Amino acid sequence: MTTAPAAPVAAAKAPSGAQQKILAFASLIVLLVFFSVASENFLQTSNILAILQATSVNGVLAIAATLVIITGGIDLSVGTLMTFCAVMAGVVLTYMGLPLPLGILAALGTGALCGLISGALIAKMKIPPFIATLGMMLILKGLSLVISGTKPIYFNDTPGFSEISTGSLIGVFLPGVPVPNGVLILFLLALVMGYVLNRTVLGRYTFALGSNEEAVRLSGVNTDAWKMAIYALSGAICGIAGLIIASRLNSAQPALGLGYELDAIAAVVIGGTSLAGGRGSILGTIIGALIMSVLLNGLRIMSVAQEWQTVVTGLIIIAAVYADMLRRRRAG
Amino acid sequence: MTELVRMTAIDKRFPGVHALKSAQFDLVSGEVHALMGENGAGKSTLMKILSGIYQPDGGTVAVEGKSVTVQGPRAAQSLGIGIIHQELALMNDLTVAQNIFIGREPRRSFGRLDEGKLNEDAESIFKAMNVAMDVRAEVRTLSVARQQMVEIAKALSYRSRILIMDEPTAALNDAETNELFAIIRRLKSEGVGVVYISHKMDEIRRISDRVTVMRDGAYVGTVAAADTPISTIISMMVGRDLENTDVDIPDLSAAPLALEVRGLNRGRTIRDVSFTLRRGEILGFAGLMGAGRTEVARAIFGADVRDSGEIIVHGKPCTIRSPKDAVGVGIGYLSEDRKHYGLALGLDVRSNIGMTSLFRFQNRFGVVNDNALAVVAKDYIAKLAIRTPTDRQEVRLLSGGNQQKIVIAKWLLRDCDILFFDEPTRGIDVGAKAEIYRLLQSLAAQGKAIVVISSELPEVLRLSHRIAVMCEGRLTGILPGGAATTQEHIMRLATLRQGALEEATA
Repeated sequence: MTTAPAAPVAAAKAPSGAQQKILAFASLIVLLVFFSVASENFLQTSNILAILQATSVNGVLAIAATLVIITGGIDLSVGTLMTFCAVMAGVVLTYMGLPLPLGILAALGTGALCGLISGALIAKMKIPPFIATLGMMLILKGLSLVISGTKPIYFNDTPGFSEISTGSLIGVFLPGVPVPNGVLILFLLALVMGYVLNRTVLGRYTFALGSNEEAVRLSGVNTDAWKMAIYALSGAICGIAGLIIASRLNSAQPALGLGYELDAIAAVVIGGTSLAGGRGSILGTIIGALIMSVLLNGLRIMSVAQEWQTVVTGLIIIAAVYADMLRRRRAG
Repeated sequence: MTELVRMTAIDKRFPGVHALKSAQFDLVSGEVHALMGENGAGKSTLMKILSGIYQPDGGTVAVEGKSVTVQGPRAAQSLGIGIIHQELALMNDLTVAQNIFIGREPRRSFGRLDEGKLNEDAESIFKAMNVAMDVRAEVRTLSVARQQMVEIAKALSYRSRILIMDEPTAALNDAETNELFAIIRRLKSEGVGVVYISHKMDEIRRISDRVTVMRDGAYVGTVAAADTPISTIISMMVGRDLENTDVDIPDLSAAPLALEVRGLNRGRTIRDVSFTLRRGEILGFAGLMGAGRTEVARAIFGADVRDSGEIIVHGKPCTIRSPKDAVGVGIGYLSEDRKHYGLALGLDVRSNIGMTSLFRFQNRFGVVNDNALAVVAKDYIAKLAIRTPTDRQEVRLLSGGNQQKIVIAKWLLRDCDILFFDEPTRGIDVGAKAEIYRLLQSLAAQGKAIVVISSELPEVLRLSHRIAVMCEGRLTGILPGGAATTQEHIMRLATLRQGALEEATA
């Protein structure tokens, strides 16, 4: 026999997204240990709560971005959509003086509708997601300023609005652990969306679209409708972020929002979701968002200048994406 | 035996191509009906119409006696038509079971998935197929052959009465092919009608009951597989007129060697390939799909890593690690996929011709001398008879034949004298083909060394001075060009599998 020995029957199981998640989780632990040693203030309950509080808005937006990115798309409008939803809540609650539940509904409905529009631009009009959501980003930023007359809308007339984010339901039952509601919402949302992604039809199609959209279409699935549904759900989640941030500031700040989309995408990428689509997880995204908050908080505690904090964030993003590239190259 | 499908007078046009000209096809239950023809004969297009991916411009489709319009993939499924595509259409990030039931997942309330039932159902399909498969494995972790099995399971899961298989064995080895045939026979006995598209003559004889041949988008004829000689089928496929084209073979025994390849190896795709190429020679590479011809060209060109092998250019051993090295010693590779790898479609003719030689037209500040480039581009437009209004025309607006000429001009300008043409006339209409052939012949006459990789046997026979035939990564023989060599000679070498050889000698 002169032929080469038979190649291994099946390639070793390709490294899965789980490895990237473990890598991200390990990085988080390393950061926590490092900052705990570097500064005794770091591990104090108040600081931990501050980190979680700081994660809540970016974390929720990152969950919204995760959905879209797994389909192989991108959403640049999550930040300004968040603000637009907050403004619409302000219109309903403060301008119109309607009760709180309607304000919440306005924020979520606005988010879902705007997401649906983005989805339609992408699925029906075949506009590349980057361009469609870039357009939406600017449109929504402009509309927020127009509707609010460029001035913040305060929620002073709506009792309980600030409780949405800053109150602590957990603190009522466990007085020692006053976890703010904003954080509670983030983790509940993460649980729900983790379930949706892994256990429902919508979640299945989210992964399938990112994996091979044409194959899904040829299987007789209405890919356009599902894509629009996913963008709408993502938009509704931006509405939740809008409520959290408006509640924390007790106002809708129309000029806010730009730049949040990049932080959200960064968290998603650090968490191991592939920008090529098809793979990703909510757990990874939450870890990614926590890494960013811990890093910024820790550097601040160590009195590193804010300019350098930004530089470090950039380095982390590049390192995370490079790790993803290495993983996929090995997976072939 | 009931009639499952009858397609009559099907017409289909794409921009610039008349893909189907009054084509017809029929299928009865419990038969395997092979659909044959050269690349571009219209087999896949016809079957894409039956499975609802394309809509016909004319003609009728009847399923089980009733005239139907197959609006889309979903409509095809509900008519009991399943298709296994030539290119695997799977979602790599999903598991086997998830792929099979995409779009029809067993659901519980509120859109929740019943993953347990999903996996059970998938398992029972594989059990019925008598195939061991981990339905929870991600598809990307499977070999291509196993992925093919997933495709088949998916088509079967629709309880298809009509099953279309487009080159199902292209990536399968002998054992896997036997397994597939066992499955097909079982389906047959259950009354399923199978449309079988393949280039492999031996398979057609083994598995099919009837053979329908197509050529240039038109129906040629239908014959019984058992008592029709392969040569008859081949001549139906190619048409008699093309067979007696004479090749003018020059005496090259005195011509110096341009390229010598010794002991080329790359994994399982290239196994110990050696050959020589003289200046002025056209060496044809024939073989079935997946035989490793493109892989050989890419390995020599440095586009893929070699495991071993010597490459000697003009008598000097060369180290070629990248396409840049290959171009440096004068080897050019013209990809089968011009639009992806050969051209910048949005740029003009001039820029494309100058693409790999820009360094010659720049001054020391990196500014391109556009006037000089224009002169050269116009020169090549005239020399190769490229039909374009000006050298500023965007390449995407030109026909396939003219695009191919631009790629050729690009490599000629780069001083490449060893040229690999991979499927040089794919997607080019008949008239332009003849022109490309003449161009290749005149390049050879000027002393260029040329390798032509082609899946179209008439093309290989018409062009080649010698014909190298590959099968499953090995070079199974080199035949002389000219009238003495027939398509059957080539086919015999192209189907000369190592497995068969080993069994015979064991």
